[in-house]
Amino acid sequence: MEFLANTEWLYLYMPIAGVKIFWPGLVLIGFSVGVIGGFFGMGGAWMVTPGLNILGFPMAFAIGTDIAHIAGKSMISTMRHSKFGNVDYKLGFVMLIGTMVGIECGAQIIMYLERLGMVGSVVRWVYVLFLALIAFMVFLDYAKAVSKKKAGDVGEHGAEGITWYKTLHKIKIPPMIHFKTAGFTCSAWLPIMVSYATGVLAGFLGIGGGLLRMPALVYLIGCPTHIAVGTDLFEVMISGLYGAFTYSMKGRIELVAVFVMLTGAAIGAQIGTVATKYSKGYGIRIAFGIAVLACMISIILKQFKYTASAAVLILGTITLICIYIMNIMFRGAAQELREKKSAAAKAKA
Amino acid sequence: MKKIAGCFLTFLTMLYLWLPAALWAGGEKAVDLVVVADTRVLHSSIMKYFSELYNTNIVLFAVWAVVLTAAYGGILGLLMDFIMSRTGLDLKSRKIVEH
Repeated sequence: MEFLANTEWLYLYMPIAGVKIFWPGLVLIGFSVGVIGGFFGMGGAWMVTPGLNILGFPMAFAIGTDIAHIAGKSMISTMRHSKFGNVDYKLGFVMLIGTMVGIECGAQIIMYLERLGMVGSVVRWVYVLFLALIAFMVFLDYAKAVSKKKAGDVGEHGAEGITWYKTLHKIKIPPMIHFKTAGFTCSAWLPIMVSYATGVLAGFLGIGGGLLRMPALVYLIGCPTHIAVGTDLFEVMISGLYGAFTYSMKGRIELVAVFVMLTGAAIGAQIGTVATKYSKGYGIRIAFGIAVLACMISIILKQFKYTASAAVLILGTITLICIYIMNIMFRGAAQELREKKSAAAKAKA
Repeated sequence: MKKIAGCFLTFLTMLYLWLPAALWAGGEKAVDLVVVADTRVLHSSIMKYFSELYNTNIVLFAVWAVVLTAAYGGILGLLMDFIMSRTGLDLKSRKIVEH
């Protein structure tokens, strides 16, 4: 009973930040972001930072810790997605070129704006604008796909809404590359330029870029949703490791917290990743659109200094999406095991 | 029964909305932060080593941070792979094929 009365063991001392943190909270954050990140193919920094802050984590350490944890978590998710054949490594490496150059250019733009003294709100409003565009695109795509399905216009891979990638695939500037896993051939310049554009935005906004890259992979490059999720996680892993290094160099990382969160994320990532197996592409996209909307509203709330409300909104959205994904995973897994059992029973009979 | 369930749900929602704000108020302020690890209060030799490294050799600390994060991620990935392969689920193929 003394064990329950004394809650000291629930708090872990962070040697660098010099604060005691409620470690089950860190595990829970890691778990939730693992589930969501594995399902959507993004890092989820926008979800982790407010969570860490609520637990009493100093803001100066929150971003660096968050990025390092995302790198490790993406590694776990990429390994699982790779088994499903959801990672197109060739596409991932080609896109890395554009992403790296783009992030550097975006960071240079930010430094230029800093000299002009107009960074803060400009960055936030640009972020809001792009999130609104992504959400609009996702829902427009879904509405188009539904109306096409009703009209009986269903292709080989089901009804498709937005098909901008088909127009972009007509660009035949050499070298032309065939991406076997993703299943299409296009000019190498297409993924390079798209990743460059998303990289510039990511560098400008100071984010990992998974939120922008995932829809870009689907709508502009023409990746099937599941492969977009896996390939994007591969990119997030590489950029996360680079981010972990630079933030460590600035002394803005708390390794103990990274490891505690990673432990939760390892379990969450399995649930999120396996859930993609039982979910249709449009199911993933719609849930992604809702997450993007929540992120957008939270930024608007932050802009008007409603920081606590923004955190509540983010945490509420994380909880609901987590429940939704876990529901997909456990139902799907139970169904699969039932089918296997009945098939084995039939074979015996 | 429905009324009780409704009341309980309302209470949970209120608790959910109130709790983060209350905890938020107790959070550490970044302005009070001194970015030097206090090694005097540490007893574990590993913690002490990394904290001292943070104070004295930030480059080596950064290298360790990346290597350890990648290694721990890799180990956890392999461990989870081992556990998941025992669930009986097919983790190598997917039936749903669409864009």
